[in-house]
Amino acid sequence: MDFTLDSETEALRDAVRGLIGKAYDSSETRREVTKTDPGFGEKTWQRLAEMGVLGLPFSEEDGGTGAGPVEVSVVAEELGRVIAPEPVIETLLAGGLVADLGSDEQRADIIGPISEGQLVVAFAHLDLGEAVTASGSGDSWTLTGVKEPVLHGARADRLVVTAITEAGVGVFLVDPADADITGYRTFDGGRAARIAFSGTAATPLGDPSADASDAVAKAVARAQIAYCHEAVGAMETALRTTTEYLKTRKQFGVPLNTFQALTFRAADMYVSLELAKSATAWATLVLADAPERAVEAASRAKLQVARSGRHIGQEAIQLHGGIGMTAEYSVGHYMSRLTAINHYLGDADDHVASLSAGLREYGTVDPL
Amino acid sequence: MKLRLSDEDAAFREEMRTFFTTQIPQDIRDTVAARRELSKEQIVESQRVMNAAGLAVPNWPVEWGGKDWTPLQRHLWHEEMQLAAVPAPLAFNASMVGPVIAAFGSQEIKERFLPATANLDIWWSQGFSEPDAGSDLASLRTTAVREGDEYVVNGQKTWTTLGQYGDWIFTLVRTDPSVKKQAGISFLLIDMTSPGLTVRPIELIDGGHEVNEVFFEDVRVPVENLVGEENKGWDYAKFLLGNERVGVAPVGSTKRILAEAKEIAGDRIAQEPLLAARVAELENELLALELTALRVVAHSADGKPHPASSVLKLKGTELQQAVTELVVDLAGPLSLASGAGEGSDVPDWARVATPQYLNYRKASIYGGSNEVQRQIISKTILGL
Repeated sequence: MDFTLDSETEALRDAVRGLIGKAYDSSETRREVTKTDPGFGEKTWQRLAEMGVLGLPFSEEDGGTGAGPVEVSVVAEELGRVIAPEPVIETLLAGGLVADLGSDEQRADIIGPISEGQLVVAFAHLDLGEAVTASGSGDSWTLTGVKEPVLHGARADRLVVTAITEAGVGVFLVDPADADITGYRTFDGGRAARIAFSGTAATPLGDPSADASDAVAKAVARAQIAYCHEAVGAMETALRTTTEYLKTRKQFGVPLNTFQALTFRAADMYVSLELAKSATAWATLVLADAPERAVEAASRAKLQVARSGRHIGQEAIQLHGGIGMTAEYSVGHYMSRLTAINHYLGDADDHVASLSAGLREYGTVDPL
Repeated sequence: MKLRLSDEDAAFREEMRTFFTTQIPQDIRDTVAARRELSKEQIVESQRVMNAAGLAVPNWPVEWGGKDWTPLQRHLWHEEMQLAAVPAPLAFNASMVGPVIAAFGSQEIKERFLPATANLDIWWSQGFSEPDAGSDLASLRTTAVREGDEYVVNGQKTWTTLGQYGDWIFTLVRTDPSVKKQAGISFLLIDMTSPGLTVRPIELIDGGHEVNEVFFEDVRVPVENLVGEENKGWDYAKFLLGNERVGVAPVGSTKRILAEAKEIAGDRIAQEPLLAARVAELENELLALELTALRVVAHSADGKPHPASSVLKLKGTELQQAVTELVVDLAGPLSLASGAGEGSDVPDWARVATPQYLNYRKASIYGGSNEVQRQIISKTILGL
């Protein structure tokens, strides 16, 4: 058991930190970038590709860099530190399904170009309660229904879409030009879209006569864990920004850190952060070493991150006072981003519900 | 980064599990599992079985019976012990006075006390807190005045846990009142049968007698009972309170009680979503705490404490309290029947639920209250 990074991974972390830290050197830069579509920096996207970040989890055969969950986690944490808006986790999630389910040809078409920064791929999975349905046979399929919200759906070069088939859940590739897409801005500076399919042509990923639920659950678990790392990076910055503010802001003629009522709350934020870090690091280790437990580990980490993220985000604003409410200042954006992460791919209530259902299957939770 | 235990550590864990579940007398483990009070004899017997196997004081130097284990191995030892409902070696002996004597005592004092301390032939009590020196321990007022080759001790200690069983008491006493408060304190070992020393019980809110007041009236203590140097006691006390990184968070025992709570709840978990959610949340927080403890032990190999270690006591005691609270709530109105006698149909677990819940309010107060922990985090870690 070992929680330390090897030197190669540390080098990756430092390189990404350098790149992203420069691209988003201030909250103002991020605000500028997210103001106009596509809501992220296309140049930054290219630089991430050049660094090998966009191919990290994919095999070298498919055109990726053949790294693993630990490397992805390190990148996600760096993205979170500056809440970089590039759709890295979204693309790795969608690309991961292509890598897991796709034919040789599909993988060659998509994975290499993702790694090279040529393709942004969106995962069209969520709906408003009415599922998208697929019908067809062989390679000739069509989709009907609406997916929303689809993160970065309007910018995507390809869509990976989940739909109901006779066998259960199928996963399909769709050319966005064939779908009816309406994009919009989300509260955290991101982008999402409503995507309507009406007999839209779709190519199955994998065998559409088999249920792909497990593959989807695994891909979602990988993304959940990556989002947890992004959130940990964001929480760390939110806490640091808050403690710096407490040391410099003066009221009643003294710095705010003179008041124990405030410093104790910062201490509790630190406790929340450490618990989130521990659960998240563990989930990545499970993904790397015991992937059969990854869905459970992702759920556990995401629950802890939801609790910690909400606590730290809310307190970061409160301890700042009015300035924390302004769009000009950074902490509010961190709270927004943490809120978005909480509600994507299962929020605290969802994870509590799924963990509750399994409670009687074991006595104690053994993390090892 | 790697999750799995090495083959060596996995084998070690198995060895500990086997030892604790087969070698410690069943009546002792049953008492702990039922959350009933252990007798002095049971505590002594359990520690002696462990000591005979060389497992009572692994944190001590090897020459005095310690083990050359990694922090992770010590963590596994501690967790398996708690999961098996085995009482930990008496903390006053194994975690407190033993390491101080081993680190700062003379060869003579080590030979005199360490083997008997490891084997619980001497039952140690702790004489630190005073009525006016709680969290602000350094303001203690019990004095030790040198007269020839003796110290004459006067004053009062309090919150002396299990002092009614104590043979000896290790104390912090003021030997120099003229200097800064931390600089005039010494670490003195006192025979509790000494004339002038009296122990008076303090009854707690759970109705139990766990802590005591200890009074010193002209108690004469030979100077050779001083540990280390005179007026260096504060350094030794800081060492005692700060050198423990393993077992700071009561993870294993809390896990065990939570598992028991699930057993007690039985079908209610399926029928009551609010109860199930509460259990699921507690279990998840406990997992995050255990993982934090693992991060701390995995990281402490280089000798420096991991900053997250201060989280362990704070969160660990909160969860320990939350789990005792859960059991009381499971008992509902049956929790009132704490005094039910023979012939009552109220199950044992429900009878002990409230006394234990009340008793564990202490956990966030002792060993550096949780407010002191927050102060440490905000000052030392966050620089506030």
